[in-house]
Amino acid sequence: MIGLALVVFFVALAALAPAFSAITGNSPYAYNPDALGPDTAPTGPLGGVSAQHWFGVEPRTGRDLFAIVSYGAQVSLLIGLASTAVSIMVGVAVGLIAGFYGGVADRLLSRLTDIIFGFPFLIFAIALSATVPASVPRPLLLILVIGFFGWPSIARVVRSETLSLRERGFVRAAAAQGIGSGRIIIREIIPNILATIIVFTTVSIPGKIGAEAALSFLGVGVNPPTPSWGRSISDAISWVQVDPMYLIFPGMALFLVTLGFNMFGDGLRDALDPSEAEASTTTSTEAAPAAAPVSTDPLSAGGQA
Amino acid sequence: MNRTKFILMRLLGAALVLLIIAAACFAIFYLMPANPAQYSCGKPCSPERLAEVERYLGVDQAWWKQLFDFLGGIVGGRTYGEGAAAIHCNAPCFGYSFRLRDSVTDLVIDRLPITFSLTLGAAVLWGIGGIAAGLIAALKRGTAADSTVMGAAITGISAPTYLLGLLGILLFGFTLNVLPIGGYVPFTENPGMWAFHLILPWIVLAIANGAIYARLTRGQMLEVLSQDFIRTARAKGLSETTVIGKHGLRNLVVPLTTLFAIDIGGLLGGAVITEKVFGLGGVGTLLLEAVSNLDIQVIVGVTLFAAAVVIIANLLADFSYSLLDPRIKAVR
Repeated sequence: MIGLALVVFFVALAALAPAFSAITGNSPYAYNPDALGPDTAPTGPLGGVSAQHWFGVEPRTGRDLFAIVSYGAQVSLLIGLASTAVSIMVGVAVGLIAGFYGGVADRLLSRLTDIIFGFPFLIFAIALSATVPASVPRPLLLILVIGFFGWPSIARVVRSETLSLRERGFVRAAAAQGIGSGRIIIREIIPNILATIIVFTTVSIPGKIGAEAALSFLGVGVNPPTPSWGRSISDAISWVQVDPMYLIFPGMALFLVTLGFNMFGDGLRDALDPSEAEASTTTSTEAAPAAAPVSTDPLSAGGQA
Repeated sequence: MNRTKFILMRLLGAALVLLIIAAACFAIFYLMPANPAQYSCGKPCSPERLAEVERYLGVDQAWWKQLFDFLGGIVGGRTYGEGAAAIHCNAPCFGYSFRLRDSVTDLVIDRLPITFSLTLGAAVLWGIGGIAAGLIAALKRGTAADSTVMGAAITGISAPTYLLGLLGILLFGFTLNVLPIGGYVPFTENPGMWAFHLILPWIVLAIANGAIYARLTRGQMLEVLSQDFIRTARAKGLSETTVIGKHGLRNLVVPLTTLFAIDIGGLLGGAVITEKVFGLGGVGTLLLEAVSNLDIQVIVGVTLFAAAVVIIANLLADFSYSLLDPRIKAVR
């Protein structure tokens, strides 16, 4: 349960960011020129690590790196969780409609799912961020864009599970009693796919966190001065030789939170669905992965461009 | 459905999808901003130049006529402006950058060799490495080798490419000083230096992507090995090599091809992150430069190009299925 421990740790870090800030007296926005040497690099070992600045300070500005990392956890988790929620809602709705009603609705929705699944998300998100007016708050834009491109894999899984549930006795019995489709979906179908949805929610979070960090890294994510791990890592490029710790702290935070959610998701999948644990659900006679295995989510691939 | 008809239908379907994406891109990027000419004009933009660009782009026209011109340009090329100052953009015309004074198609073609080199080398590495690691894990299931591979895989999936890349630069570039920290040498100029400059980006991309292949290969292989025909094959007394190689691996070809198509297609459309980390001026860098200059023609052009590459890659994968797996021909 290393995964769960990491997740809990980062949720606590995000939640307690203001408390830590109050204890150390460091804000992620306050400049500390005193902590910098004449070359604007942090003075002292490991990028200026001290009792006052636990992770050292940011080069050039002297802002406290621990405050940046802990407030960055808030941004990262907020966008990661909210965009996952968007993806899951859209994906479950699309999958239920396509799987339950079948016919034209299924064909259209499945085609749409295919298109979005293969869409070059990262490229499109970069393009969009350049043209959307600045009046739209960036976190909201990121949640919507990342969420919108993340739904196809869950939609496919929900569709295929709904397809098979639809033919099961208890669902047909309910339909024979004259119970409406909406009620059948809510009362009979959803409870039976809930475990799948929960597992998918968990394993989609790291990809979404990575997508936010990737966009911020590319300079089209959260706007400064709002702390973001991705932007800190990007800023660290020019300092990597002088002050490698400026890369290491935010980089490790991003890596560990992603690792935590991935491990937690894997564990949850093994616990809730032992049959899926050993094999992904793709069958060899189908051209496209009917139920994309967790790790082929294009968002995680998008973050690895 | 016979093969010719299947191929034709798929081609038609792909063309339709591209058309829809092109129209959607047009709607989002040209109709949404207050004045697309302002974006195309670049910074700084004098009023005279703005007027010129507006006239060239035809933004005074009705939106459907603009869309028609835009789509027509992709099919048959288009001419911006008229008379002596006219600029012709050859088909397929994805737009014209007034800032760089070149067609988007030419700009992408200029940058493509870099992105192509990066993608190809990395794909070879992650394909071989990822699948081999996955096979080892599946065949040695439950052993230390299995847990090592799976542990490495989840680490590789969780580590962002830019973090791996920067750590690689820090270690091999600055500390050990054995590899270049970035830059690109064309293959035609010096193949040795080409590979020398690309080896670190290749490895970084291969770690991040190969991890996914290792997991997929292991999962698929374990599923196949649990099936009846494998037990039959073993019961017949076939050697383990034949069972795995002939009966097992065959079932992995299609899902792996699918994933390969998506990944390679995605990277060819611009390996934005890796290009940025290693200072490679590929298609992804072209897009980032266009974004910082608000060069909307290039932004839209590269987006469409990236979408087209993914669609073509999927199309090729679709066609290869019927060659790779005879059962599919009948179904599709």
